[in-house]
Amino acid sequence: MSAPLCKKEFYIQKFDFEHAGKAASDARKLLMDYGFDQQIVRRVAIAAYEAEMNMVIHGYGGTLILEINFEYIQLVAEDNGPGISDLKLAMQEGFSTASDEIREIGFGAGMGLPNIKRCVNFLGIETKPGRGTVVTMRVNLGPDAL
Amino acid sequence: MNLYDVASKLDATILTPKLDLSRQVYCAYGADLLSDVLAFTRPSTLLLSGLINIQVVRTAEMAELGGIVVVRGKPVHHSLQELACACKIPLLWTELTMFESCGRLYQSGIKPCIKDAGCDCHVCPSV
Repeated sequence: MSAPLCKKEFYIQKFDFEHAGKAASDARKLLMDYGFDQQIVRRVAIAAYEAEMNMVIHGYGGTLILEINFEYIQLVAEDNGPGISDLKLAMQEGFSTASDEIREIGFGAGMGLPNIKRCVNFLGIETKPGRGTVVTMRVNLGPDAL
Repeated sequence: MNLYDVASKLDATILTPKLDLSRQVYCAYGADLLSDVLAFTRPSTLLLSGLINIQVVRTAEMAELGGIVVVRGKPVHHSLQELACACKIPLLWTELTMFESCGRLYQSGIKPCIKDAGCDCHVCPSV
């Protein structure tokens, strides 16, 4: 596999709602600077933002890595959290373990992972209870972008 | 309808006067659930919300929305206005309720946020 054209790491702090979304915003601006198609940028930005919010809310913080390759744009969200005990349930729209406090700021509706799945061509989730979660997301470039 | 017209219809105050409000909006979405906004809106959608935290602007930025109307007269902190300006997301404020705001806009021809016929892209919502 060839080296990525660009790789950028963003560090996410747990419960830092003041800066939550900044990483996704910076990633979005980077993609716009590269001149990617608006729809591609929007899909990556939404996936990045949902992943970032998951790390802020559930994952005790972590790292979001953006890679631009020839064939696809990849995001890897690696958190320090408790892991997902029932992944099948977590992928269902409407299922959430978020607190009322989180719901008051507009999240915790159980749409995070389903939203990510909706935006990307590939979604891989590795999780172990007590050992954190790694979410890998890819949006294809070129003719099979959609 | 452009955002000046929206402000007029909703008796709204423009909180980001330096931004371009001549941009057109054709559809709107009323919600306090931001993941729903990310899932079911299209670029240039006008968002009506009772949320006043910075995540409402971040959500609008990621989803490339046309603007935000803060409804039911909720107090908007200066930091929200600053972030909206920085993200180029027009911010309006009205004392009207969500229901009446949506009603006035619908009556004026603004459409719900639904998928275009024949569009099979991943971005347009399927509702």
